[in-house]
Amino acid sequence: MPSIRSRVMVLSIAATLSAAVSGSAFAQKKYDTGASDTEIKIGNIMPYSGPASSYGLIGKTEAAYFKMVNDNGGVNGRKINFISYDDAYSPPKAVEQARKLVESDEALLIFNSLGTPSNTAFQKYMNAKKVPQLFVATGASKWNDPKHFPWTMGWQPSYAVEAQIYAKYLMKEKPNAKVAVIYQNDDFGKDYQKAFKEALGAKAATMLVAEESYEISEPTIDSHIVKIKSLNPDVVVHFVTPKFAAQGIKKIGELGWKPLQLVTNVSVSVGAVMQPAGFDNAQGVLSADYRKDGADSQWKDDPGMKKWSAFIDKYMPGADRTDNSLVFGYGAAQTMVKVLEMAGDNLTRENVMKQAMSLKDFAPDILLPGITISTSATDYAPIAQLRMMRFKGEKWELFGDVINADVAAPE
Amino acid sequence: MSTVQEVSSAPVVAAVPKKAMSLGPLASLVLLALLAITPFFVKNFIIFQMTMVLIYAIAVLALNILTGASGQFSLGQSAFYALGAYTSAILIEHVGMNYALTLPFAAIVCFIAGFLFGLPALRLSGIYLALATFALAVAMPQLLKLGVFEHWTGGVQGLVVTKPDAPEIFASMGLKVSQDMWLYFFTLVVAIIIYIVSVNLLKSRSGRAMMSIRDNEIAASAMGVDVALYKTLAFGVSAGITGIAGGLGAIAVQFVAPDGYTIQLAIALFLGMVVGGVGWLPGSLAGALFIVFVPNIAEHVSKGLSGAVFGVILIFIIFLLPNGARQLAFGAQSLFSKLRGS
Repeated sequence: MPSIRSRVMVLSIAATLSAAVSGSAFAQKKYDTGASDTEIKIGNIMPYSGPASSYGLIGKTEAAYFKMVNDNGGVNGRKINFISYDDAYSPPKAVEQARKLVESDEALLIFNSLGTPSNTAFQKYMNAKKVPQLFVATGASKWNDPKHFPWTMGWQPSYAVEAQIYAKYLMKEKPNAKVAVIYQNDDFGKDYQKAFKEALGAKAATMLVAEESYEISEPTIDSHIVKIKSLNPDVVVHFVTPKFAAQGIKKIGELGWKPLQLVTNVSVSVGAVMQPAGFDNAQGVLSADYRKDGADSQWKDDPGMKKWSAFIDKYMPGADRTDNSLVFGYGAAQTMVKVLEMAGDNLTRENVMKQAMSLKDFAPDILLPGITISTSATDYAPIAQLRMMRFKGEKWELFGDVINADVAAPE
Repeated sequence: MSTVQEVSSAPVVAAVPKKAMSLGPLASLVLLALLAITPFFVKNFIIFQMTMVLIYAIAVLALNILTGASGQFSLGQSAFYALGAYTSAILIEHVGMNYALTLPFAAIVCFIAGFLFGLPALRLSGIYLALATFALAVAMPQLLKLGVFEHWTGGVQGLVVTKPDAPEIFASMGLKVSQDMWLYFFTLVVAIIIYIVSVNLLKSRSGRAMMSIRDNEIAASAMGVDVALYKTLAFGVSAGITGIAGGLGAIAVQFVAPDGYTIQLAIALFLGMVVGGVGWLPGSLAGALFIVFVPNIAEHVSKGLSGAVFGVILIFIIFLLPNGARQLAFGAQSLFSKLRGS
């Protein structure tokens, strides 16, 4: 009998002890809606259908990446539940989906939602609800605005950052050049154009000889190129989308004209821009990028790209490696996982946001050597560096150092 | 050539007797009670979706007046919806006007636009009119991006609209009414008013004139109906009501941008009308439910093939119920009276 009683005693002591231990462990863990001991719910909105459906691949890559993370044990033992909805690139639909994610699915945050109009549509809602809208997939510069929208953060270098880098390069290398700019007459082209002009500052008056715009509905921009040539500039900057970059470079080649040319990193695709423009015409064209190209053989032995390649083989077999959405989605998802790891067991929305603004020199596998992600309470532009590159033969060659753009959030 | 003429001279829309255009009193009350009570039992997000359903229902109803009553096709309703949305958004954000007061302005602006568009549209009928309005829908998003208006429209970036709070009178009465709840009931009241006005319009002299044009234009003009006037009037009224829907949509979504009002929206509204039953006004609600919820169901079934799933659902509905929800409602009604009779 006594032995049984003592055993009961021991058991009850053990129970009390374990309760105390788990109790104290419990006190350290903090959760908001969407996170628990076993799961973290991440929302996402992508244009799987509609005019921008080609970007849907980004969402699929991210889903595959999170699946890989879950297969390897998840983030600090918690599985990621990635809920991705289609908004067909329609802002009203994006608002509906964002509200569904926050109120119905109760996601911890919305990650890498795509498109400037869509993200603008629910930005105010997210900030009023104090739910993170992290690493939005758009190149507009307005996401770096911690003062007015502390719950919204971008990821990729903004168009403005890129334009600044081109301006800096030209002022350093060709301070006396006559520069002509051709830009698409929409938010994309104007964002570049405005930032470029601002970065040139006082030099704009002497350097800029032509600012020619075209409409996206025009079948060809040949006549604009001819008009620019009549002003005889030595530098032509193409703030244009891929189809028009190919046309412009080709036309300049056909005219037998040899100005220095710059294209945006939206239009650096070898297959979609350089080849149609003609490799002969494209020699010496400059651009800047922050990603490694999945189809470029120079990264064959790069440890980061080896990991990316293994991931594509296993989780996205048959995917087209020349599509840089695969690289983009991988990098964004990796950044997200990094932030969640840093948040540890304190998975409140506030802490996730705090960790997102505390990234220091984080280098996802797919960023070019030397380019890292850093954020702070006043810097909501995670990637603000690029490297210049020059088209040579049939591929891009990087040159020079990593260039930093000055990132200033609006007051 | 002769086939084309045959197409355009054939009656565009099957005649709908005017008694069959509205809902019986009992059914209306049940439906109204349902719409009024449901919000108290569901989440704010569902209330928001229901608000969107009501807004689209208003827009579909407007198209129903145009097509169902006067027999004119339009694939350009998204343009009037956008015009209404921008009118409201600009008045709220730039002029600082109360959101409720902006709706009449949206209606007037769109009525004028619709009436003016109706003038050249007079020369066209059937599929040609559909194409002309299609052009309007395609052009609208680009017009909204024009640099000239950018100061007012915000260009491609669009305009963010402040969401209205419930009036303070509720708070002083000790009731907590959320923004979504308030907006829902506000929209419901507007929708009911528009519905009653529309039903009465169709029962009036003007309504009869429109329907006679729909059924036989030559006979109508022989009876002394001013065909040109009533056709353009139908366009104006339809556009005006669509404008109110657009204004409400801007307030509910809190954002207007050119990308929100593409041809997709015009096609969705057209679908809503067909699914609800052409010419049957209560069907607008069924059509709106369809365009808000069926894409979500389709996406739930398969993300990659959501468009295909949506298409299959649509084909099924058209096959099984070629007259849309109207057929369903009438079937139920005859079943009900049979049961009562036996």
